[in-house]
Amino acid sequence: MNHDTPTLLRPEEARALAARAFAYARADGTEITLSRQSTALTRFANNGIHQNVAEISTQLSVRSLIGGRMARASTNRLDDKAIANVVARAEELARLQEPDSEVLPLPEAQNYPAVARYVEATAQADAAWRARQVEAMVEVAKAEKLIAAGIAANHAQSYAILNSRGLEAFYQESGAEYSVTMTGDSSSGWAKGSAVDMAALDYRGGAERAARKARASADPGQIPPGLYTVVLEPAAVLDLLGFLIWDFSGLAVLDQRSCLTGRVGEKLFGDNISIHDDAGHPLQTGAPFDGEGMPRRQLVLVDHGTVQELAFARTSAARMRREHPNSAAQPTGHGFPLPNEYGEAPMNVVMRGGQTSEAGLLEGIERGVLVTRLWYIREVEPFEKLLTGMTRDGTFLIENGRITRGLRNFRFNQSVIEMLRQVEAMGPAVRASGEESFDMVVPALRVKQFNFTEVTRF
Amino acid sequence: MKKLAWQALDAALGQGAQYADVRFIEERHRSFSTKNGKLGHLSDSESTGLGIRVIADRAWGFAATDDTSPEGIVGCARRATAIARASARVNPQPAALAPEAPVRAVWNSPCVVDPFTIPAQEPLELLYAVDREARSVAGVTLAETNMEFHRASQIFVSSEGAEIEQTRTTSGAGLSALAFAGNELQKRSYPNSFGGQHQLKGYELIAELRLLENAKRVGEEAVALLKADPCPELTGTLILDSSQLGLQIHESIGHPIELDRVLGMEANFAGASFLTLEKLNHLRYGTSLVNVVADARLEHGPGLGTFGFDDEGVPAQCQDIIRAGEFTGYLMNRETALQIGQARSNGCMRAESWNRVPLIRMTNISLLPGEQPLSPEELIADTDAGIYMETNRSWSIDDKRYNFQFGCELGWEIRHGRKTRMLKNPSYSGITTEFWNSLDAICSRPYWTLWGTPNCGKGQPQQTMGTGHGAAPARFRQVRIGSAFRKAEAG
Repeated sequence: MNHDTPTLLRPEEARALAARAFAYARADGTEITLSRQSTALTRFANNGIHQNVAEISTQLSVRSLIGGRMARASTNRLDDKAIANVVARAEELARLQEPDSEVLPLPEAQNYPAVARYVEATAQADAAWRARQVEAMVEVAKAEKLIAAGIAANHAQSYAILNSRGLEAFYQESGAEYSVTMTGDSSSGWAKGSAVDMAALDYRGGAERAARKARASADPGQIPPGLYTVVLEPAAVLDLLGFLIWDFSGLAVLDQRSCLTGRVGEKLFGDNISIHDDAGHPLQTGAPFDGEGMPRRQLVLVDHGTVQELAFARTSAARMRREHPNSAAQPTGHGFPLPNEYGEAPMNVVMRGGQTSEAGLLEGIERGVLVTRLWYIREVEPFEKLLTGMTRDGTFLIENGRITRGLRNFRFNQSVIEMLRQVEAMGPAVRASGEESFDMVVPALRVKQFNFTEVTRF
Repeated sequence: MKKLAWQALDAALGQGAQYADVRFIEERHRSFSTKNGKLGHLSDSESTGLGIRVIADRAWGFAATDDTSPEGIVGCARRATAIARASARVNPQPAALAPEAPVRAVWNSPCVVDPFTIPAQEPLELLYAVDREARSVAGVTLAETNMEFHRASQIFVSSEGAEIEQTRTTSGAGLSALAFAGNELQKRSYPNSFGGQHQLKGYELIAELRLLENAKRVGEEAVALLKADPCPELTGTLILDSSQLGLQIHESIGHPIELDRVLGMEANFAGASFLTLEKLNHLRYGTSLVNVVADARLEHGPGLGTFGFDDEGVPAQCQDIIRAGEFTGYLMNRETALQIGQARSNGCMRAESWNRVPLIRMTNISLLPGEQPLSPEELIADTDAGIYMETNRSWSIDDKRYNFQFGCELGWEIRHGRKTRMLKNPSYSGITTEFWNSLDAICSRPYWTLWGTPNCGKGQPQQTMGTGHGAAPARFRQVRIGSAFRKAEAG
């Protein structure tokens, strides 16, 4: 490895490492998961860089299966002694258990669609490059007499799963991300972006957008809480949707902890709501296989308002068929590494958007609120998916189809299910980044009767 | 380990760093869970690596690696200094540290029974028994249990001459029972939600938690909640159990007193703070009964915020945060202490692991118990009308830590000094300083518990940290209750 600019784990190196682990294994089945990543993040605040970090790390993880029992052990040491030890620990923990008929043998070799999500220049971008992007964002702040804070980050990641039945899955990706908050005397604005290729990100443009929001929301007014028509920008949409997505786990439905328990096939949302999971979508990132190495297939989670499909790991699909003989559930390639208690979830969410422009979303709103970003969202009630949280960094009053001024931030208590029944218009679906959920492809939404219950002091 | 740490330090200084510190850490983590009588997960992990923090060209850099070969260490040092020099390009405030006498010390947290010597069968058998007991209650649709052990052995060396060896062992466990019926899902957890109780202890903690003895009650309460009346919406008297009060302290005192937030360093992610500098020693945070400390010393108790030295080599200290209601102190590191003119840091710099840079983090932020003897039963008997709430279910607060809303798992209506009926979906909300200025009673020392919050998130890249919060049940007046379920009128 080059110790300044690390190389990723290549298939031949992964095979060689796995072979060393397999040589020590005495279990019925052994799965080796390997990862190596290089991550770097430059953090700035008060118009200067105050933290600037980088990390290189490797992990080797062993899952051992012995007669219907399994356990996992992990290490970041790759010498022979450490590898022998980690295999022995996984096997020792597995042997301690009672056999479980639900534990499946390892999957056999699979085929995966090719995905190209690695850009060398993004993977290798150094601290000087990140400092230049920060400098560009800070220049915008200084020109606007604002204070900038945020990040410029990049990473390279490689990941491999190999098992003793011949399965081999390899993936590598690069990524770049920025986030910027512009703060004035009485207001703030925010923008964020992420992409596989740093060339796809407009750092200065993001800073200018955040600065415009901070300027436009200066001296915010206060209006009473209540039901308002809102325009939710994509980051706000994904952070709310993120709390619903985990309920599309087949295991969560079997465990009766999902809000979709008894609701699959039901028209739960508005006609205009269609949500897919698509690991191959051009704006998505992540491996085309799951934690056991099963290929991810496309899922139609919601079609024109009706809940259609759930995600299934192999084990949960088998359990669904056993407990519900009419079910034809099959593994969908969305399982988490085993053993785990959560089963699976869609991780490449794509919500179908519309064609309405930013200005078009405001049209016809007599009195409403534009929300840039949400913060500290938590689930208050799990079945109607009542969520609470705050608006942040750019909350605006809409009057007669136009933004007229900034507003003090609201607390909302809103059912996300009900929200998806009240969508009046959508912008185009874009790759969006928030803070409460993983990145998704979602549109901006105009939503009726959004429930703000309190106002804060700024 | 020690030799490698010094080699790394020398390598950083050799690259031209004006200041450097190195943390070399070996970690071990073991985790168990069950779900409805089956294994949830069972994992054992180890991780070794080092992080090098430097000041070069009067700017900060940090690099971490798990490649502890001589080449790997030199490469990491070279990276840290190159990063610092890149930071210098956009650096209006040169990096500087408040003075701190370098320490050479060894500190180990108390651990009566080493959890890593316990055969894994023993914790698993206990968890299966707890799981079975919770599910013995008709109507419980899901039972979950968990147990975690963590040990971090660290050596810290600095270019100022510090050399500190420190080992901390933490343990935690909990259970929850869920009841689903019709269109409703209710949950009860013990001893706390989101993973139970966690402390700076060994395996001896597990027996102290009495999980098996409480499993059936937890199941019964989950089922009973399905038939309970909903918590009404009102403005009135609220009594919080100590675990919920611990989280209230964490969110509405612990975070706003972090000086990096106050100085804008967290503005992009975790947020800022309403506790701007002019409020120090001038703000009435709460009533005269409110006394809060940030205490990392062992004598405060075995909290997740207890240690010998922070990750800048500063000894554990006790800082008055709120004294008789007056706001008196922030959580600091050496850099921010200097920035606000303090003589020294109060030792709150902590990193999640070897691969993360230290940040200002909570230690044990605790509300001291009431001085007059008062039990929870006496507190309820002294309350004519109100709502008692127990065990957190949801928590949310704005990015300056003013407006909060909490939901709890279980509520009780109090009438004429007695608990009268169980209430489901209880919640309350408020403004931080108004809330703490409405406190009028705190139970005394025998009812005070040092809770562990194992999952406090902060920083970019995000770090998870364990914090401690001591609290006894307390009473608040004129609190907004139940507004989470309010359907507002058209605005």
